[in-house]
Amino acid sequence: MTGFTRRSVLKATGLSAAIASGVGPIELIRPARAADSNTLTIAYPAAPSAFDSNTGPQAVSPGSQSIFRTLYDPYIVQAPDLSLKPGVMEAFSWNADRSKIEMTLRQGVKWHDGEPVTMDDVLWNLKRLTDPRAPLAPVFASNKNFVVDGNKITFDVTPWRANMMERLTFLGCYLLPSKYYEKVGAEGFEKQPIGCGPYMFDRYERGSFLRLKAFKDYWRDKPEFETVVFKFVTDAPSRVAEIERGSSDVTVDIPFEEYDRLIKKPRLSGACYPVSDVALIFFNNEGPLADDNVRKAAVVAIDKKIIVDRLHLGYAKPLGTLLTPEYKAYDASIDTPYDPNKAAELLALSGFSTSKPVEFIVQTTRGYKPKDYETIQAVVQMWRKVGINATIEVYEIAKHFELRAQHRLAPAAFYDWGNSTADPESSLGTSMIANSPHSSWKGGQLDKQLKELFVEKDESKRLEGYRELDREILQNAYILPMFQYFQPVVFTKQLSFRPHTAGYVMPSLFQRQG
Amino acid sequence: MPIAYLLRRIALAGPTLLGAALFVFVLIRIAPGDPIAMMVTGEATPEDIAKLRAVYGLHHSIPVQFLIFLRDIATGNFGTSISLHQDVLSLVFERLPATLELAVAAMLLSMVCGLTFALVSVYWRGRWPAAVVDAIAAAALAVPEFLWALLLILLFGVAIPWLPISGRIEPENIAEFHTQFYLVESVLTGRFALAGEVLAHLVLPALALALPLTAVIARVLKSSLLQAADQEYVLLARAKGFEPGYVLWHHLLPNALIPAVTISGMHFTLLLGGTVLVELIFSYPGIGNMLYGAAINRDLPLIQGITIVFAVMFIFMNILIDCSYALINPRVRQG
Repeated sequence: MTGFTRRSVLKATGLSAAIASGVGPIELIRPARAADSNTLTIAYPAAPSAFDSNTGPQAVSPGSQSIFRTLYDPYIVQAPDLSLKPGVMEAFSWNADRSKIEMTLRQGVKWHDGEPVTMDDVLWNLKRLTDPRAPLAPVFASNKNFVVDGNKITFDVTPWRANMMERLTFLGCYLLPSKYYEKVGAEGFEKQPIGCGPYMFDRYERGSFLRLKAFKDYWRDKPEFETVVFKFVTDAPSRVAEIERGSSDVTVDIPFEEYDRLIKKPRLSGACYPVSDVALIFFNNEGPLADDNVRKAAVVAIDKKIIVDRLHLGYAKPLGTLLTPEYKAYDASIDTPYDPNKAAELLALSGFSTSKPVEFIVQTTRGYKPKDYETIQAVVQMWRKVGINATIEVYEIAKHFELRAQHRLAPAAFYDWGNSTADPESSLGTSMIANSPHSSWKGGQLDKQLKELFVEKDESKRLEGYRELDREILQNAYILPMFQYFQPVVFTKQLSFRPHTAGYVMPSLFQRQG
Repeated sequence: MPIAYLLRRIALAGPTLLGAALFVFVLIRIAPGDPIAMMVTGEATPEDIAKLRAVYGLHHSIPVQFLIFLRDIATGNFGTSISLHQDVLSLVFERLPATLELAVAAMLLSMVCGLTFALVSVYWRGRWPAAVVDAIAAAALAVPEFLWALLLILLFGVAIPWLPISGRIEPENIAEFHTQFYLVESVLTGRFALAGEVLAHLVLPALALALPLTAVIARVLKSSLLQAADQEYVLLARAKGFEPGYVLWHHLLPNALIPAVTISGMHFTLLLGGTVLVELIFSYPGIGNMLYGAAINRDLPLIQGITIVFAVMFIFMNILIDCSYALINPRVRQG
C-alpha cells in the first residue's frame, strides 16, 4: 500500500516541477550578465523587417535606419547636427545651375566580403531606387542620364528636387553590393546581408537579436566594439528591465518617468535630447475647420508649455512651426502665444461660445508615441474651456496612414512628423501640399506658393520663401504644430554617447570610457 | 476507433479550413490599414501608388485576389511576405517550432501544476494547504497572461535577476542548430548545457502562459475529484480501509482525469493564441511575435499564412480531442 502524506505531496510537487522543466531548478538559476567591454548590447524597440534597406516597407521605416546605418553606409554621411559630410562619396555637389548632381566615389572602400566598392555598384544602387517596388521611386525617378567618368558620377535631377542631395543620405539611400546581391538573390541577401558599414552581419535570430562583428577594413575609424548586439525588445517595460538587470548596455525609447528613475542609479547614465520629430495636429479646410476663426482659436487655445512640462516632464520643446531648430529655414520668431481670451473672441466672431461650442472630431493614436492620447486629452480640455467641443477618436497608426493617403482624415488629427533631412521641402512642403498622400490640407492658395518654392533654384530665396510661408501657415492656422520630441537613451556609465538629431542610436555614437 | 468517424471529421476539416481562409482573407482586407499607404512617400502621385499596389497584387478586386490566393495555395504557394521579402510558408515553418516548444512547455507545466494543486486541494480539503493552493489558483486565473509576463520579468528578471527575459538563446551563443526545435535538438544531440540555456529562456514565458491554464485545470480536476468522492466505489475503497491518499491516487484520480484531459486539449489551442503577447513581451522569436509584426506592417500574405497554419493546428487539435473522446466514451462513436 502506498502512503500519501503531506511530505510525499510536497516532494511530488517539487519533483513534478523539475521534471516538467527538464532539469533541476538550481541549473536554471543564472545571474544576469553585463556584456564585456568589447561587446555593445542595445535593447532596441524595432527589428528590421528585412535587410534590403532600399526597397520594401522597411526602406521607409524610421526604426530600421539605425541598424541599416550600422550595416551599410549611405552615399553621403549625415552628421549628428543633420549637416551633410563626405562619406563613401568623398565629394558631392550641384553643378552651377543646380540641374545636375556630381558625386565622387572614395577609393579603397570595401564590402564586407573584401570586394571593392565600385562605380558599377553606385550606378546599380541609384538605378535600383527607381524600381517600382521601391517605395522611394517617386523621389528618385528624378535622377536620370547617369554619366560615369572614372570615380565620378553625374546625373540630371529632372523634375528638379531641391532636397535631392539631402535625400541621398536619408531613407533608402544605402549602398548595397550589386554583384553579391545578384549572385545570391533577394532571399539569399536576407539570409546573409553584406554592406560596407562599420559592422558586419554575424547572426540574426528573427524577432530576438541581431549580432554584428566589427568590420576591420572599414574605411573610416576602426569600430569601437568587437561585437554589437541589437536585442529586439518591443515592449517598453521589458526594455527598462533589460538595462536595469544589466543584460543590455543601452536602452532606447522608454517612458520619461522610467528615464528619470534609471539615470539616478549609480551605474547608469542617460541622454534625453531633441530629435527632428514634430508633434502636430493636422487640420483640413472642410467642415467646421474651414472657418478661419475656429482654426485660429484652436491654435491659440493650447498652452503647449503646460503639456510639455506636465505630461512630458519637460522632455519636449514647444514649437510654433513645422520646422525644428535644426532645419534650414527655421525661424524662432515664428510662434503663436497661448491666449485663451483671444481664442474665445475668435470663436465668438463665428457665433461659438462655451454654451454653444463648435464640434468636430480629433483623431489620435494611443501609445504609438509617448503620451499621444494624453496630449490630445489635454488639448481637448483646453479647447473645451474656450468653446470647442472636440470628440476624441482613437485609431491605429495604420489607419492614420490609410485615411491620410485618401485625404479622409478627421478635421483634426494628431501625428508625429518625423523627417530628418533638415530641408523644409521634406516637412513643411510635403505635409501641406494638397496632392501629397502625407498631407491633410486640401489645397488653395498655399499650393500655388509651395509649387513655386519646389522649383526655386536660388537657395537663399527658397529658404526665405519657406520662412515666409511658415509664417503665413501659422497666421492662418493651417496646421497646429505642438512640440519637438525628445528621445530618451539610457546607457551604462562605462559608455559615452553622442546624440544624433535624426534619432539614430547607432554603435558609432557610443564610446567606451576610460 | 471507428475509421468512418475519423474520416468524417477529416472531411469536415476541408470546408472549415476554406471558411476560415475566406473569413481571414476578407477581414484583413476590410480592416483599417493599407500596406501601401504605410510605405508611400509624400512625393508619390496616384499613379505611383497604383504601380506599387500592382507590385503586391492589391490592384485586383477582393474576390479576384481570393481566387488567385486559392489557386496559389493549391500549389503550395502561400505568397511572399510584403515586409519580410521571403516565402510565407518557409517563414511560418521557421518560427512555428519555437512557438510549439513554448506551448508544449506551458501545457506540461500547467498540467503538472494543475494536477498538483487539485490533489493538494482535495487531500487537505478545509485545511490551510488547500486554502493556499486555492488562493494561488484564483490569482492565476484572475491575472491575464501578459500581466503575468510583466510580473515575472519584474520578479525574476529585475528584482532577482536569475532568469533571462528575452530571446531563446544568449546573443553571444555561437551554437549552430539544424532545426528550429532548439530544445529538442540540443537534448537529442547531447548538448545539455545548451539545452539548459534554451530551457532557462523558456521558463518565464512558459510560466506566464501556463499560470491561467493551471488554474483552469486545477478547478476542473478538483470539481471532478469532489464529485467522484461521493461515488459508491470510493466509499467501498474507504470501507476496505485504504488510506485517503491511496484512494485519491488510485481510485478517484483515474476517474476524474477525463474532463481535465479534455479541457487541457481544448485549451492548447487557446494557449497558442496567448503566445502573441507573451512572445512579444519576452522577445521570444515565435510565430506569435511574427504575427504581431505582420499585423503592424499590414503584411497581408503573412497574416493569411499564419492564420491558416493556426487554423490547421486548431482543426487538427479538435480532431484529436474528438477522437480521444470517442475512444473514451462509447456513446460518441455510436452516435
